[in-house]
Amino acid sequence: MNGEKSIQIKSSASALYNNLSVLRIAPRCLTYFTVVHANVVNMVSASWDGLNFSHRQLQSKEGNIAASSSLIMQASWCVLPSRELLVLTSQKGIQMYESDGSIMVYWHALDNPETPTVTLPKTQTFIERISSGSVLVFDIPSKGSNVMLSEVLEEHRDAVTDMASECSGSLEYMADLVTADDSGLLCVWKSGEDFQLLHKIPGFDVSCSSVKLWKGTVAAGYGTGQIRIYEAVTGIVHAEVNAHARWIYSLDIAPFSGLLLSGAEDSLVRVWHLTMNPDANSVEVEHLYSECITDTQICGAKFCDGDGYAFAVTGYDLSEIIRYTQA
Amino acid sequence: MSSKTLPLLFINLGGEMLYILDQRLRAQNIPCDKAKKVMNDIITTMFNKKFLDELFKPQELYSKKALRTVFDRLAHASIMRLNQASMDKLYDLMTMAFKYQVLLCPRPKDILLVSFNHMDAIRDFVRDTPSILSQVDETYRQLIEMYTPLSGGEFQLIRQTLLIFFQDMHIRVSIFLKDKVQNSNGRFVLPTSGPVPFGTQIPGLIRMFSCSGDEVKRVQFRSAGNYSSALREGSFEMYGERVIKLGTNMYSVSRPVETHMSGASKNSAQHTKVSTAPNPLAKEELNLLARLMGGLEVRKPANPDSRFRVNLFATDEEEEEALISRPDELSYEVINIQATKQCRVSALLKATTTGGEFRPVTYGYKGPAGQRRASSDHG
Repeated sequence: MNGEKSIQIKSSASALYNNLSVLRIAPRCLTYFTVVHANVVNMVSASWDGLNFSHRQLQSKEGNIAASSSLIMQASWCVLPSRELLVLTSQKGIQMYESDGSIMVYWHALDNPETPTVTLPKTQTFIERISSGSVLVFDIPSKGSNVMLSEVLEEHRDAVTDMASECSGSLEYMADLVTADDSGLLCVWKSGEDFQLLHKIPGFDVSCSSVKLWKGTVAAGYGTGQIRIYEAVTGIVHAEVNAHARWIYSLDIAPFSGLLLSGAEDSLVRVWHLTMNPDANSVEVEHLYSECITDTQICGAKFCDGDGYAFAVTGYDLSEIIRYTQA
Repeated sequence: MSSKTLPLLFINLGGEMLYILDQRLRAQNIPCDKAKKVMNDIITTMFNKKFLDELFKPQELYSKKALRTVFDRLAHASIMRLNQASMDKLYDLMTMAFKYQVLLCPRPKDILLVSFNHMDAIRDFVRDTPSILSQVDETYRQLIEMYTPLSGGEFQLIRQTLLIFFQDMHIRVSIFLKDKVQNSNGRFVLPTSGPVPFGTQIPGLIRMFSCSGDEVKRVQFRSAGNYSSALREGSFEMYGERVIKLGTNMYSVSRPVETHMSGASKNSAQHTKVSTAPNPLAKEELNLLARLMGGLEVRKPANPDSRFRVNLFATDEEEEEALISRPDELSYEVINIQATKQCRVSALLKATTTGGEFRPVTYGYKGPAGQRRASSDHG
């Protein structure tokens, strides 16, 4: 990987897990990036020719209107079959916007002020998780703002930290969703009329801060700096990687190539390759590349495309998004 | 974010303040009895039971402005006086030191060990005064009770809350620059070598397993760092070896405490705190602040002539120069509160809403041609 092309953002990134979200808009040859700074979300849209950048800032809100100083925990895009939504989750509630941040579609208040929340796309629904351990499932209409809370999944006892849906695009895998919490417990679910719990993979008393699900395989990043690869439905451990010297903050998978990206507080971003051996029911992990972002604790690392041709990184106190492309 | 952050923020900042004051009192050759009185008065005020009870209640972090006001009051709890420039510098040093400690903590839980390092030093300052010593011991118990049951994930949330408080602060501190722990752009050096945190393995190993759980392959990769095994875990008890050095007194070898006003550096994007209306949270914060200040019992000195001034700079001229040349964006805009127990909240409210801390954000969206379209206020 080489070719660092940084994008300046209006304010620096806060130290939050998975603090970078990327949305590729192929028809318009644009990529959107969002980075959270305290109670503000920085949005940048970058044209693929690298010549044009547009900036927008969104602030957390209380209800529909009132600007708020409540901290935003995460901003991410939910890609649904019929539309894309930008979802901001703050201490006070959840705000959903049209994908360019222009119009607020829906607001959902949360009672507990100490709720870190994250959102996840899932066919026609999307899912929130809150610090009590509950996971909220919403039904999103293909147009308009008639969003409804459809189910609450209560399986975690510790704060839920991250969630991931099956990203391979294939329907052959049984598990649709994995949720992770502060004790390291992973819950694997099948979606449907009601969500069904398929398996619980026990933690080892270490927080799991980031999780991904690809081809029925879970990749989980932990506070000890370890990455573990599991078979989702059975919980079988395929691999253990002593990947980082500090807390992992972000994981991402490029679904077309099986590349895995990890970013941690130790200033390192690493690229790995996952190879499936369905005959042996095993997974091989290979380390491909490492990059040190000097004097920076990484808080977000995401691939910019499904092949993993390029990736972007954010760090605490850094006012730029650093990008790398394959050499 | 975490509602358990304030006690740790206050105690660690207070600890740093005491290290710096102790060093300045020595450097200015303040008579031993006066110096001791200052330290004792501040410590006994800091650990006042009513005050700490308020502090330990679950609550959001105070704004920088509110916290600075508390420390202003605390620094003047005795016969010592500080001019504004010295108080500014003191606060800069305190906050940058704790920011450094939070950033470099190997594990989030180690923030508690850093706090114990500060507490250990404070206990040593008052070891000859049993009444204050018992206040300090009581605080240890409160810390142990509140924080030792927390998980690693909860400590990480506390750490993240602290890092938001310290966001975009890049004031250069002489002693950090000299020790090469801070770069000339104000950012701290994050080493990629040394012992790994307790509970972490040295990076480099990939282990792969068969579906029956047997290890089938083991591969080493080059980890781009130079790490060694973890040290033993520090003690979380009232007495014990903390192992971590962060939070111990770095001024004990008498080194001058200078800061450079780093001002607006080219790359820093700062002050994006946005609020277009009087913030309802501010009122709550001020109510708390008033209760807290009411709990801070400031004893009037028996003899006004015993008061003296401490200077954080080498000369009076330097101090005056620092006050004049301090960049606007680094001004703390301290709330001026009368030293009475009944603080009028309305007066305090007025003081903050006319302040310039919040600036409105404008939404603009540049089209491909680079022209700015009309902005809308709310998304």
